[in-house]
Amino acid sequence: MKKSYKLENLDCAACAAKMEEAIKKVEGVNDVSVNFMLQKLKIDMNEENYDTIIKEIKRVCKKVEPDCKILDK
Amino acid sequence: MTKKEKKELTKILITIIILFIVTLLPLDMKVKFILYIIAYLIVGYIVVIKAIQNILSGQVFDENFLMSIATIGAFITGEYIEAVLVMLLYQIGELFQSYAVGKSRKSITELMDIRPDYANIEVDGKVIKTDPEELKVGTTIIIKPGEKVPLDGIVEKGESTLDTSALTGESLPRKVTENDQVLSGCINKTGLLTARVTKEFEESTASKILDLVENASNKKAKAENFISKFAKYYTPIVVILALCLAFLPPIFIPEVTVLECIKRAMTFLVISCPCALVISVPLGFFGGIGGASRQGILIKGSNYMETLANTKTVVFDKTGTITEGKFQVVKVNAKQQEKLLELASLAESYSTHPIAEAIREKFSKKLDKKRVKKIKEIAGQGIQAEIDGKKVYVGNDKLLQSQKIKVPSTNELGTIVYVAEEKTCLGYIVIADKIKDNAKQAISELKQKSHVKQTIMLTGDKKEIADDIAKQVEIDKVHSELLPQDKVEQLEIILKKQTAKEKVAFVGDGINDAPVLTRADIGIAMGALGSDAAIEAADVVIMDDDISKISTAISLSQRTIRIVKQNIYFAIGIKVFFLLLGALGLANMMEAVFADVGVSIIAILNSMRTLKVSNKKR
Repeated sequence: MKKSYKLENLDCAACAAKMEEAIKKVEGVNDVSVNFMLQKLKIDMNEENYDTIIKEIKRVCKKVEPDCKILDK
Repeated sequence: MTKKEKKELTKILITIIILFIVTLLPLDMKVKFILYIIAYLIVGYIVVIKAIQNILSGQVFDENFLMSIATIGAFITGEYIEAVLVMLLYQIGELFQSYAVGKSRKSITELMDIRPDYANIEVDGKVIKTDPEELKVGTTIIIKPGEKVPLDGIVEKGESTLDTSALTGESLPRKVTENDQVLSGCINKTGLLTARVTKEFEESTASKILDLVENASNKKAKAENFISKFAKYYTPIVVILALCLAFLPPIFIPEVTVLECIKRAMTFLVISCPCALVISVPLGFFGGIGGASRQGILIKGSNYMETLANTKTVVFDKTGTITEGKFQVVKVNAKQQEKLLELASLAESYSTHPIAEAIREKFSKKLDKKRVKKIKEIAGQGIQAEIDGKKVYVGNDKLLQSQKIKVPSTNELGTIVYVAEEKTCLGYIVIADKIKDNAKQAISELKQKSHVKQTIMLTGDKKEIADDIAKQVEIDKVHSELLPQDKVEQLEIILKKQTAKEKVAFVGDGINDAPVLTRADIGIAMGALGSDAAIEAADVVIMDDDISKISTAISLSQRTIRIVKQNIYFAIGIKVFFLLLGALGLANMMEAVFADVGVSIIAILNSMRTLKVSNKKR
């Protein structure tokens, strides 16, 4: 399942790369891209456990970049 | 400014006020110290907290960490005002940078904004606005003058002109009427249109194009990959160097104090922040891709921009790129040209053959079909008919010979259609795939402006025709009479002759040349608006069929790469220079922050030129 989210307060390109690395490691995530320019997060993830995966993604993002918020569309 | 930026600005202003109070009023040392601490915390607590958070989550070396260490160090060594000023400057820099990047990002995305916001549908006789994402194929939508076409569709009622410039970069408006296709992202200029939706939102042209451009920044160029690798090794190296700087000199040189060396090491750390590079390089590419898309040139990734910039050979598939890809009357040779065309059009009035269509298009007046009787099509030869009671023959030399009519000799290139009335030949019409008006100029521009070394044309056409066209548009080499599979082979040969640094681009119209498009270093599809297959197969898509845009695309890429390189050299150069100054103790902390912020901002502004340049050319 592919999903795209808007990101708020993603301030630096380096953080975007770090976020991408971190999200990649979350279980259930097949592919991810964090687009710094468009402030967008695109995830390809397993359909089941959707809620837990998203929660985990939000958690690791907070760790990498506390200011950055993932907005639900 | 975003909310966050406004908050930061307020903090910065408060800190500045406190600093003024402290320096202007004769206060007790203790009070001053407390005020400094308050000022520092107001402006810098976020940085310190972030640094601690990052350390706790296992990420030690980032700029928050560097800034915290440097400023806390300054506090410890008793330089309170310096500590506050450095943090203040750093935050001002961050704010400015965030603002500049936000602004740039906004102007680029605005440029690319072809996404329709709403669609009008009629419910119970009332026109209401709805979300285009929810509409299904077959729904009837209403597009008012001045509005964006929300979804691809077919006009059911109404007549208007469409501005396609957002998609093609072409400002010439396109006329549409009943049963014509309208594409999302165009702007309806004049009349009210009622249209039936043919593609859902996700599949519509505007969504597809946006998707392409947005994903383009995910395909990273070498320069971008270099930056991320660079950042990975850079910070640890810098920290190790700083540690050496702090503790080694006092061991070997007795005159220097540890304190002095620690201060230098901290300055060194502050200078080392690599933000300028990390932000300006992707921004440059993004600007380039955005600017190109505004001109109807879609570049599917920064990596393709790099390849485009190094293109030295451009291979054209003749049909649809150099020529219009459509049969046209190029010459009418007769004493009474108008009469000849009229007779030919009448005779061909029921035919759907491309040649018949070309002749009728040239004549362009209304035909009185009642004048034509007894039409007989002779396969491989032409048409025989009775017009106004006289026998008329329209066809090739064989047709005339079979009727024992004398065929005038000619050495014209193209398809020749003779017209004879009763037993005399009145003249002939030459039909050919017309060369685009600007083809010659576009090809010379490729060499002069875009530094392309060689141009080659591939075609399935006859040798004489191909050679003639090549001569007219001044193309270097021609390979003619090729079958589709031969084209791939021919391209392989061309590719082998190139060095790794000199790239080969193939330009096709996207119709049945997909294998060649994918085989070339870079595949460019032309006239691709509305053709999904072409958009899919190519690396670079030119929405309309303007051949001069190939040169534009290459030049634009070269410019973008140049700007990106300038930024890399400039930022690294300045950094190294200041790092040396810092290590030698010639630059203090404030100058260090200044250098860091300054370089970032100059690099960001420089990146924005990628966008501006393309605007000017419009």
